[in-house]
Amino acid sequence: MKELTIISGKGGTGKTSIVGSFASLAKNFVLADTDVDAADLHLIIPPEIKQGNDFMGGHKAIIDPDRCTQCGDCLERCQYDAIENFTIDSIACEGCGVCVHFCPSDAIDFPQRKCGEWFISNTSYGPMVHARLGIAEENSGLLVSTVRKAARDLAEQEKKDLVIADGPPGIGCPVIASITGATAILIVTEPTLSGLHDLKRVAELANFLKVPGMLCINKYDLNPDMSDQLRTTAIDYQLTAVGKVPYDPSVTRAMVSGKSPIDYSDGPASQAIRKVWENVSRFLDAR
Amino acid sequence: MKIAVASGKGGTGKTTISVNIAMSLPAPVQLLDCDVEEPNAHIFLKPENIETSEVSRMVPEVDLDKCDYCGACGDICEFKAITVLRDATVMTFHEMCHGCKGCVMVCPHQAIQGVDRVFGQLIKGKARHVECIHGVLNVGEAMSPPLIGRVQQEIWDDGITIIDAPPGTSCPMIETVRRTDYVILVTEPTPFGLNDLKLAVEAVRLLKIPFGIVINRSDIGDQCVVEYAKESQIPVLMEIPHSRDIAVAYSKGELMIDMMPEMKEQFQQMIDKIIKQEG
Repeated sequence: MKELTIISGKGGTGKTSIVGSFASLAKNFVLADTDVDAADLHLIIPPEIKQGNDFMGGHKAIIDPDRCTQCGDCLERCQYDAIENFTIDSIACEGCGVCVHFCPSDAIDFPQRKCGEWFISNTSYGPMVHARLGIAEENSGLLVSTVRKAARDLAEQEKKDLVIADGPPGIGCPVIASITGATAILIVTEPTLSGLHDLKRVAELANFLKVPGMLCINKYDLNPDMSDQLRTTAIDYQLTAVGKVPYDPSVTRAMVSGKSPIDYSDGPASQAIRKVWENVSRFLDAR
Repeated sequence: MKIAVASGKGGTGKTTISVNIAMSLPAPVQLLDCDVEEPNAHIFLKPENIETSEVSRMVPEVDLDKCDYCGACGDICEFKAITVLRDATVMTFHEMCHGCKGCVMVCPHQAIQGVDRVFGQLIKGKARHVECIHGVLNVGEAMSPPLIGRVQQEIWDDGITIIDAPPGTSCPMIETVRRTDYVILVTEPTPFGLNDLKLAVEAVRLLKIPFGIVINRSDIGDQCVVEYAKESQIPVLMEIPHSRDIAVAYSKGELMIDMMPEMKEQFQQMIDKIIKQEG
């Protein structure tokens, strides 16, 4: 079984529209949305939830005023300035438990908290695993790992040979959790200076984690010179160029009507995405 | 006054709005780019007189001569950043460490001390009259919030600070936004934009920070965001129509206000209004 993760470094380059299109073109696969912080795939591939699960993340410390003697031990130990007037700011609290451990009056509770939910669903393209991290919650990396594992297990059970995952933006903890150990990643970028800057950082991360990478340039005709620079950068980081997609207003119209570009029209973007998928499949077959 | 520019979804135009606001306002104004995973503001601001410094955070270092492998450090660590292999060695995973010092405090033999480990950079410079500060997380590092915290130590007491926030609604975004006085949420009028805007609205409501919306590329999708704003009584601060010229200028790292000088006044008016209301 193989695992393809689509990421971008920079947000808003068109990852999800491309993943949605791949879902129409690929065969025998499980979809996973590992952008647990701002998941959008369900908006173009409506899921019918079969199974919902609580995601239990970290703990948070809570001082019980009845037991607290206001000795101040916790104030001195907290590295996050999370305690004021002997109440703990749940937003600032990192859940390290140091105050809990050392409190001489045993006055601090430390419940584990539900930090989100994850789901196994049916879609018209096959099974999908997706999640929702609670607002302002931590542990997105752990939730990403949970979604990936569930998607791989599901693929194994249902004898699917591919997991296609829509990844998060950035290069931090959820991205590291999304791509570590994947068969390959596809980076979707755009021909802008920001796109180029962010591509270099995410490609460096992929090299560092030794994940083979491909590059797709979305809206390449916005700035053809910059697209050339992106291709040169791809070579520098051993990324295989798998195609470019032109700017096409029907991509936004597809999103507005709740469809992937491929299912919405056979315009220039859709035709280009078909070619990208052929190249991506070939790349995966060779792994 | 500290004004954050945030959004749930990436690529809606946070950086464009932040840098153009900062460049439109009179001095003293500073711009902090807190998207330390993928900082882009400097591409548009092109700051000069750059000063770069390394940023480190505390991680544990174990003196094995003093250690008797009791395992107390591994037991207290909630982040699996330190673990004792019985009578053999102590393993530390620095990228997982949250710097709580629990292991340092709990060790009965004072065998653990905190040492500094570089995990990013702080870069300061000046573009025209705007003081520019951004953080760059080292590639391979998982945790951005401590670096975001460091960037925010540079906030002035007076004048205006515009803060470009990272996307999403989890720790990096919360760490950036929670100390600010007002949040401008940038969105686009599409189903993805609306979905992620709602998440961002929930986040800023949770933090009890006043906020308004800027709709970027306001004519590309549908009416969903405008209707949502009306129903939820959220002020729409500004609508910027899509323009291929703006997109091309963006691709080259050019400022919107240099191409369309009339925008400058609109950004100034938006900020004046926010200050009058909340300041």
